[in-house]
Amino acid sequence: MLNSHDILETINMIDNENLDVRTITMGISLIDCMDSDVRKACDKIYDKICRYAGELVKTGEDISKDYGIPIINKRISVTPIAMAAGACPGSNPVAFAKTLDKAAAEVGVNFIGGYSALVHKGFGPGDYALIESIPEALAETDRVCSSVNVGSTKAGINMDAVAKMGQVIRRAAELTQDRECIGAAKLVVFCNAPEDNPFMAGAFHGVGEPDCVINVGVSGPGVVRAALAKAGDCDLAAIAELIKRTAFKITRMGQLVAQEASRRLSVPFGIIDLSLAPTPAVGDSVAHILEEMGLERCGGHGTTAALALLNDAVKKGGVMASSHVGGLSGAFIPVSEDAGMIRAAREGCLTLNKLEAMTAVCSVGLDMIVLPGDTPPEILSAIVADEAAIGMVNSKTTAVRVIPAIGKQPGEEIDFGGLLGYGPIMEVNPASPLKFIQRGGRIPAPLQSLKN
Amino acid sequence: MRAVITVLGKDMVGILAKVSTQCAECGVNVLEVTQSVLQDLFAMIMLVDISKSTVPFQQLSDSLQKIGEGMGLTVHVMHEDIFQSMHRI
Repeated sequence: MLNSHDILETINMIDNENLDVRTITMGISLIDCMDSDVRKACDKIYDKICRYAGELVKTGEDISKDYGIPIINKRISVTPIAMAAGACPGSNPVAFAKTLDKAAAEVGVNFIGGYSALVHKGFGPGDYALIESIPEALAETDRVCSSVNVGSTKAGINMDAVAKMGQVIRRAAELTQDRECIGAAKLVVFCNAPEDNPFMAGAFHGVGEPDCVINVGVSGPGVVRAALAKAGDCDLAAIAELIKRTAFKITRMGQLVAQEASRRLSVPFGIIDLSLAPTPAVGDSVAHILEEMGLERCGGHGTTAALALLNDAVKKGGVMASSHVGGLSGAFIPVSEDAGMIRAAREGCLTLNKLEAMTAVCSVGLDMIVLPGDTPPEILSAIVADEAAIGMVNSKTTAVRVIPAIGKQPGEEIDFGGLLGYGPIMEVNPASPLKFIQRGGRIPAPLQSLKN
Repeated sequence: MRAVITVLGKDMVGILAKVSTQCAECGVNVLEVTQSVLQDLFAMIMLVDISKSTVPFQQLSDSLQKIGEGMGLTVHVMHEDIFQSMHRI
């Protein structure tokens, strides 16, 4: 028989430590839906999504009940819509966003990602029009998520796109001012965007992916924290070992769910993304893991080192547990979605500068950070440029999802509700980067040798 | 196909009887039972064979959870695969 300690450990992880499968994301290629007639293209897209993902939500719920594992979200990612928009020049790409929104509502998923453009080396047909339309698309839809890749280690950083994205982020917030600026919370600007990420808002179905694929994101910051709390006074090597073991167990559960979903839906299994994705719920915080390691507060000196240890150990443990690991895989540090980060930010212990340093070692980047409402576009662009530079030079994925809280000032708070959480508005360095951003052009790809 | 039934909560008379009666009514064969008191918590773990179950898995799970709720206990019914994959390499 199975060891009763193991059984009770699993039950305890689910009941008390918020262990869950965060998302089953179906990636769907829309390459065969492109058409020079925008209405025809939209019809084909709607039909294909409904045909492929019709059973996704029900299958997810069935697996959740059969195995007794909570599966929080069922989602869809699609081929970057800029490609479809490029096929019908002159038409407004927002039609695609509305189609995606309608299809997502029809199949019952809460988010659909892929209103995206990949412009790290320059704008292709459809890219610029799509980027310009992002604020309107996000304001007029509920479930559509958007992402733009502005840089990569191999291509450098497209600073024209970076300059544009500052304006787009601000406009997305302005158009949704009456809804806590939610538009900007559904928009991610990437460097080195992964093609198989199942997590929103940055999910899209890359062009190198098959026609349809199932990617699964597992989570469990609470489980890791609880394991560390039981560990007592051990050294950091032992801490890393413990995180690896825990990540292994969490990922195995995700692998089981992914294989089962793949089998039941007759769709190939893509990857497991073994990210520690916090939620605002008590006990589901990455910041609390760092504090459990011995920091008084997340954001203090030592936070970057603790996070580096955590991120690496999660990857090491997870890699052995799954046949295919991909996506973002590591520890997320979204401020408004993490009870510990929210507290540290409120106390002034966690600042934007420290968060930027943390993104050099975490799995993604500056995530769910609320900025003052009067932050000008060029500062938003400069924040994106800094973050993209960290990703480009370190050969890692970085991203920016910041929300300028239109009409609000530092000290005030904003509440998005649900998994997106709530958070205080953080201070921004007001020195102007306007000239730098206005120069435009491309930052050349970095040297991959002489690393020091 | 095998499943694991866990019952957690305060110890009281008749837990095993009620759970196993429900299993019998559903055509579920009890293979092994262990019980222990762990951190002031009563824990009973049953390994059952559900291959000849007369009801769908979810119905079995719901009926056992209902029994648990009536006695103030938490009941989980989960596929054995979960524990095998999480705790065995």
